[in-house]
Amino acid sequence: MMGNVRVLAGTRKGAFILTSDERRQNWTVDGPHFAGWEIYHITGTSADPKRLYASQTSGWFGQVMQRSDDAGKTWEAVGNDFAYEGVVETHKWYDGTQHPWEFKRVWHLEPSRTDPDSIYAGVEDAALFHSADGGKSWQELSGLRGVKGSLWQPGAGGMCLHTIVMSPDNPDRMFVAISAAGAFRTEDGGKTWQPVNKGLHSGDELPDAEAEVGHCVHSITMHPSRPNTLFMQKHWDVMRTDDSGENWHEVSGNLPSDFGFPIAVHAHEPETIYVVPILSDSYHYPPDGKLRVYRSRTGGNEWEALTKGLPQKDCYVNVFRNAMAVDSLESCGIYFGTTGGQVYVSADSGDNWMPIVHDLPPVLSVEVQIIP
Amino acid sequence: MIVRVVLPTHLRTLARVTSSVELEVSEPVTQKSVLDSLEAAYPMLRGTVRDPATKMRRPFIRFYVFDQDFSDEPLDSPLPAEVAAGKELFRIVGAMAGG
Repeated sequence: MMGNVRVLAGTRKGAFILTSDERRQNWTVDGPHFAGWEIYHITGTSADPKRLYASQTSGWFGQVMQRSDDAGKTWEAVGNDFAYEGVVETHKWYDGTQHPWEFKRVWHLEPSRTDPDSIYAGVEDAALFHSADGGKSWQELSGLRGVKGSLWQPGAGGMCLHTIVMSPDNPDRMFVAISAAGAFRTEDGGKTWQPVNKGLHSGDELPDAEAEVGHCVHSITMHPSRPNTLFMQKHWDVMRTDDSGENWHEVSGNLPSDFGFPIAVHAHEPETIYVVPILSDSYHYPPDGKLRVYRSRTGGNEWEALTKGLPQKDCYVNVFRNAMAVDSLESCGIYFGTTGGQVYVSADSGDNWMPIVHDLPPVLSVEVQIIP
Repeated sequence: MIVRVVLPTHLRTLARVTSSVELEVSEPVTQKSVLDSLEAAYPMLRGTVRDPATKMRRPFIRFYVFDQDFSDEPLDSPLPAEVAAGKELFRIVGAMAGG
């Protein structure tokens, strides 16, 4: 597969569009778009390479949703009314009391691969919304909050729905992950949901280490050729399931730390996965000041450090959950962004790395597209 | 009535305007009627000044007239006649916040 590469980076102070040819050595940086605003996520869809969506937020001005139909040259503000369906329910607050659901921002956007006007949004306070009209209007899939939502409790980063994984072979099946609540699956297009957290063990975070909900899932991913296998970076522990979340087991193996945020799977090797170990939840930087991506070619347990081109001393950045992506070129490209404003690329499955940019604002999200 | 409204920098960018905006506002001219007209003329600003459901001012937004803070005045109270006459600006301000 040949084509140009477009990396979409959302940051604390705007969005940036980074482009290159398939060699991924020389890059053009375009931005900031929406300068001064937090861009939690900017993404596109293979259904229309020119269609982009961005979640633009501000502590002053709230949520704005942006859509582009010309690959980011121009943008249009679309619908930003995320109204929870029905009577506003309550969830568990930090002090154990019940607290009403309050919309704060959109963390994650997941467009359909076939219909550019169909897109899901994961929001804080945790809920899932869908738009069928290109983001003009949004409807909540409220069945999700019915799955013991009163027991969900925000973690330090807020009670956010940050991951949406759509099954490639079944349009009615979808997985979502919610910080400090867990992973959930629907088999009917989002009407009803069930928690899929069996096997997760959160002894340091939960009174009941194996509770049905309450696990702090940081991200999950799937290879499209293995729709029943998912990989998870939990608060602590790297996990995998081979039965669509019915049972998880730990695959942290020889990682120097199994705390982290993103997890990604190679585009062509469904058993090759990537994580970025972080020392702990108290530190939020890499062990020993060395920025290392870890790769397992065995679907977990056996991990190797990837360091060539990454700083191996005095590095104290973090990599957020939505800030890692892979491309679909023949030599698979891996990308991640840091809280220090670097976006790194490896054009050879992680063996060698180079920075695309050094000095962006803290990076919140990274996506990549191959443009024919 | 023509009311002139000043927006904070980020909302001017969002609305694609470079200076104050002029709005046709029906009487009585109040905070609510000014904001209704603003959102009708510039739909991209819906939800950025006030909550779309409750219509309450966002916590870090303030409203100023004559360099006086009108933020906590009732939404339906008439604004000063000079605002309604277009002689005085209605200023929407992003509050100073943070460390």
